[in-house]
Amino acid sequence: MSLIVSLAAGAQNGVHAIAPSLASADNPIADFSDTPWWLSLIKALLVFVFLLINTLLVIWFERRVIGRMQQRPGPNRTGPFGLLQTLADGLKLAFKEDLTPKNADKVVFLLAPMIAGAMAFISFSIIPMGPVVSMFGHRTPLQLTDTPVAVLLVLAVAGVGVYGIIMAGWSSGSTYPLLGGLRSTAQVISYEIAMGLSLVAVFLYSGSMSTSQIVASQKSLWFIIPAFFSFLVYVVTMVGETNRLPFDLAEGEGELTGGFHTEYSSMKFAMFFLGEYVNMFTVSALATTMFLGGWQAPPGIAAINDGMFNQGWWGLLWFVIKLWSFMFFFVWLRGSLPRVRYDQFMRFGWKFLIPVTLLWVVSVAFIRGAQLAFFGESTRTATVIVVGVISLIALAAAWLWEGQHEAAAVPAERPEEIDPFAGGYPVPPMPGQRLREPSQQAERSLAGSTGHPELSDQEESRG
Amino acid sequence: MTSGGEAVLFWILAPVSVLGALGLLLVRKAVHVALGMAVVMINLGIFYIAQNAEFLGIVQIVVYTGAVMMLFIFVLMLIGVDSSDSLVETIKGQKIAGLLLSTGLGVALFAAIGSATFASPIGLKEVNAGGNITGMAVLIFGKYVWAFEVTSALLITAALAAMVLAHRERLTPRPTQRQWSERRFQVGKNLAGLPAPGVYARRNAVDTPALLPDGTPSEASVPRVLTAREQVNDPEPYAGAERAIEREIEEGTNR
Repeated sequence: MSLIVSLAAGAQNGVHAIAPSLASADNPIADFSDTPWWLSLIKALLVFVFLLINTLLVIWFERRVIGRMQQRPGPNRTGPFGLLQTLADGLKLAFKEDLTPKNADKVVFLLAPMIAGAMAFISFSIIPMGPVVSMFGHRTPLQLTDTPVAVLLVLAVAGVGVYGIIMAGWSSGSTYPLLGGLRSTAQVISYEIAMGLSLVAVFLYSGSMSTSQIVASQKSLWFIIPAFFSFLVYVVTMVGETNRLPFDLAEGEGELTGGFHTEYSSMKFAMFFLGEYVNMFTVSALATTMFLGGWQAPPGIAAINDGMFNQGWWGLLWFVIKLWSFMFFFVWLRGSLPRVRYDQFMRFGWKFLIPVTLLWVVSVAFIRGAQLAFFGESTRTATVIVVGVISLIALAAAWLWEGQHEAAAVPAERPEEIDPFAGGYPVPPMPGQRLREPSQQAERSLAGSTGHPELSDQEESRG
Repeated sequence: MTSGGEAVLFWILAPVSVLGALGLLLVRKAVHVALGMAVVMINLGIFYIAQNAEFLGIVQIVVYTGAVMMLFIFVLMLIGVDSSDSLVETIKGQKIAGLLLSTGLGVALFAAIGSATFASPIGLKEVNAGGNITGMAVLIFGKYVWAFEVTSALLITAALAAMVLAHRERLTPRPTQRQWSERRFQVGKNLAGLPAPGVYARRNAVDTPALLPDGTPSEASVPRVLTAREQVNDPEPYAGAERAIEREIEEGTNR
């Protein structure tokens, strides 16, 4: 009896202890009270220019880095180190002939690239690029705006951006764009679910969905450590979400020519191109904000001179470094991985990523419960016990899965000696196999060999 | 009453949503109708956000625009629904019954909503004091937890039922890519798959058969269905051009 009472009292205390901290926790802490409307306009313009310049740079960067990975120089003629190559290409693209197919639905055909281009820029408005700085005599955060649901805004905008893709695919009035548009839409929507789920763990740790609050709560520990699994899932989904290699199935050249933008040319095509690169920046910036401490200096540097490097415009430097390391990761992936098959990609998303991330969210909920004293006063012991139980379950599941996998993959009986020309084509021996001597084989074939099973009536795949 | 910014937002977006809603009724093409609907839904979400209901607004956009409308558009585009629906009444008196029933529903709704009484409003500042999402969470997981859970159970049941109804068992195991490849090698025919359709650098549509080295069209390069429907393109013009080029290469133009 007394035990129950004490437990109940403990739970009550726990709830009371959390209640005040939760009461205002989910509102943004970025203070925009000293930001007049014209300063917001200037900040919006700066974000726009920042993204445009970065896009110009990243296209050059991508071509140079991929060139280096493939042991060739990459563009190096226009301007110093070929830096102006993108500008030249962009101008050339703008002056190309603007074609509209005869079968196209004119209005939707025009609207689609506008939506795809415009939506890419919106999400960046909630990304905190630095702490409070003084701009034109006002103290204002280096962030355009923040809301209690800022991170959800990114998902919502991505959902609207998909309309650009599907409208482009449908309005072109031909087969390849339609198929590419449907593929790409299905892909983005599917991976958005896993992406949203992976972010839930971060919301649980920070107690908020506002980006400024999430950055502030990573002051002592970046969420990449406690939410490491979410980070892995997010990195996979962010590549799927931006239609980049190895997940650029929407524009698999061998299958769909250019995918949804096959029929687009000139500026309309440039809008899609711009949208794709800006989207890459957006997902990278979100990853920086959610998992890598946003604009905060790396642990060692942050301690120097009483946090000097965490103040003012220094924040922008750390933010840009983290952002560009993700961009390098994108380029690295493109340089090293081949394209995934579409059905494997979708199966991975729906049958692995989503259920596993759900389980992960449940475990994080338990860990957070222990940390917030839902399981008793001694939060440290409770946390250790919960983490121990979760890791035991994970290990057991992995062991069971491995066992099943091994049972399924029992190697087939291999003869010790093989005839390399048995099928009419030379086949190399597997490890541990001996080749049959050709002289013996000739004798055997003279003795009379059997033909191979005839399967020609079966339908053949066009692989 | 409303701040300047909110008024500007309203007077820009309200005409757009009215136009979208009108488009829903008046436009011919089914896809345009769906897009008009999506515009209305996005605008609704923005209005919610302007009214300090941020969570509701974002969820409106994510769920309705991003998921529900997208499914609609998927179906419209895949099936290719157009305006050529038959206007013949299949059930007698359908139009009159429909009119009567919808009028009845309208009257009932007006009567119910008109007779509702509201307590004096507290104001959104007050409600959102503890955070917009915390307030929502307290309501969903506290006061209305049963309504919420029962609804979700109902929806999950409906989704499961739809899946069961649409499910079809495979009778034979599906051959994998590897099995196809192994079978091809066992048979010893078309080891690299069937030839791709089209004539190099001239035409790569699926209905144009590929040309074999001697210039004859390859039957295996076009789908059987197209051959059966007699929709296969004649490769002769391309083959002729091919031969002309070959002759030119071998013998030159000036003889």
